Amino acid sequence: MDDTRDAELGMWKAAVPSPAVPYRISPARSRHLHAMDRGFRWLTGGLAFLVLLLLVGVALSLFLRGWEAFHHFGFAFFWSDAWDPVTENFGALVPIYGTLVSSLIALLIAVPISFGIALFISELAPEWLRQPVGSAIELLAGIPSIIFGMWGLFVFAPVLGSTEPWLNDHLGALPGIGALFRGPPMGIGMLTAGIILAIMVIPFISAIMRDVFLVVPAMLKESAYGLGATTWEVARHVVLPYTRTAVVGGVFLGLGRALGETMAVTFVIGNAHDLHISLLDAGNSIAAALANEFAEAFSPMYKSALMALGFILFIITFVVLVLAKLMLWRLGQGQGKAGL
Amino acid sequence: MSATMNVRYLRRRFWNIFNLGMAVAMTLFGLFWLVWILWTTLSYGATALNLELFTGDTPAPGSIGGLRNAFVGSLLMIGMAVLIGTPVGILAGTYLAEFAQGSRLAGVIRFFNDILLSAPSIVIGLFVYAVVVVPMGNFSGLAGALSLAILLLPVVLRTTDEMLGMVPGTMREAALALGAPHWKMIVQVSYRAARSGILTGVLLAVARISGETAPLLFTALSNQFFSTNLDKPIANVPVVIFQFAMSPYPEWQHLAWAGALIAAMAVLVLSLVSRFLIKDRSPR
Repeated sequence: MDDTRDAELGMWKAAVPSPAVPYRISPARSRHLHAMDRGFRWLTGGLAFLVLLLLVGVALSLFLRGWEAFHHFGFAFFWSDAWDPVTENFGALVPIYGTLVSSLIALLIAVPISFGIALFISELAPEWLRQPVGSAIELLAGIPSIIFGMWGLFVFAPVLGSTEPWLNDHLGALPGIGALFRGPPMGIGMLTAGIILAIMVIPFISAIMRDVFLVVPAMLKESAYGLGATTWEVARHVVLPYTRTAVVGGVFLGLGRALGETMAVTFVIGNAHDLHISLLDAGNSIAAALANEFAEAFSPMYKSALMALGFILFIITFVVLVLAKLMLWRLGQGQGKAGL
Repeated sequence: MSATMNVRYLRRRFWNIFNLGMAVAMTLFGLFWLVWILWTTLSYGATALNLELFTGDTPAPGSIGGLRNAFVGSLLMIGMAVLIGTPVGILAGTYLAEFAQGSRLAGVIRFFNDILLSAPSIVIGLFVYAVVVVPMGNFSGLAGALSLAILLLPVVLRTTDEMLGMVPGTMREAALALGAPHWKMIVQVSYRAARSGILTGVLLAVARISGETAPLLFTALSNQFFSTNLDKPIANVPVVIFQFAMSPYPEWQHLAWAGALIAAMAVLVLSLVSRFLIKDRSPR
């Protein structure tokens, strides 16, 4: 369809300079109109190009401002857990670790829930229920993140905190992973941040899953049903394989959101520059460190270290989002036919 | 033989019912958070609502006040952001849909526009800090408006591109056949046909930026006093909510909840209106 449109466009363009009916406008006016056309084209094209310039500008400006820290600390910046504004000794390990771990917890919780929601909306719900449920879940995405943060700090953290002694006693007693659940039952920390991030990314992941589930050709599903498959078996063995890449793309898009989420995390992660194994302990994330400390960073090296953190966050999310886009784009390219 | 078949069949039935039941439970679970969060905002916020909220400025700790300066500051910055971001987004989207439709360059720009759309807003704030606040020498409402404009731009660009793509080619042909130059055809035919769709994009974008806090923290900062001067730090709802919610003073926390309720309401109303506009034009 795009091709025919393109061909049509070409036809109009060819038709404009040599119309069947002769122009009744003077050559000067014609030149003027063509100049306007060119001008409009250049203006819009230039502004479209601005998007690329903005992305390059963001990366470049953060890198240059963070250069002082990168240069001074070298590669040790990435694996040093120091964060001491007074002696100006900075390392990015704790915020990077916190960003990755809280986002990972978010995905572990959000992916199965989003899958269930998408399955419900696309395969189970009666027609009249699909739209309202889908819209309601999407409303979650519209709530400003600072409200998630306030709700997390004032309402959710106390509730979670009251379950944490139980977590300590039961999960904490397990060998190995038990260490993750032994900690002070304060209700704030990495686990709280992860859960709230999960709630925030559910609408994104489930919306994409639902959309791609709905493009699975009815004939494929019907053939499986015809062979006697149950609804679950169709979902598991037909719908999911057909949409696999796009589903992973949607998960990555959610990951990109979670990594860069600032306000909700800032309220509940605890803002402690210490490395803890326990998920119940306070930690820090890149975005939370920036939100808390940037406006008050007093020395140039402090500012530069925070800018360097911002650069690292930008690069991580950029890579994740590019992967997400590439995977989602493949479904549009007729992916699935080869995958079956 | 038939007994094992039967067990197998029952097992398949069991897993089917169990997994589908889980799907229903997950949906209810998702809706549960939505209700809980909205209920919290409503119940905490409603008790703090009063007229003083709109007539008084942010108070010192321990005294009574409102959020007038924050509302005015937020409206000013959002207005500025719309003034800057909307024309840029619409014109850039026009290029993709009308001039570069199907070209490789348009594909690349669409791709990176979507990346910019999902980029962390705090990073955009850092960028504006580096290129506006540092050279200017102080935090300012202008810097805040610019960072909001950068967040608004990709949303407007994308919807403009999509909506212009839905305008039937025959309408363009009709205009061109009458001898209209390309730019005139776009302005008088394409834009008119896609008007409500483009407006929807702008509304969605405004909904997105009106709750944004992170990029304002180190661009607009905040201001304790009433100010309409965009050259200087300016009070705004999200940052005031953040400061007040994190404070130990109950009066401030009440104000933060009231602000949160109003911000949430504004965002929800905007997205409902834009949803309604989309629905209005979908049966085509």
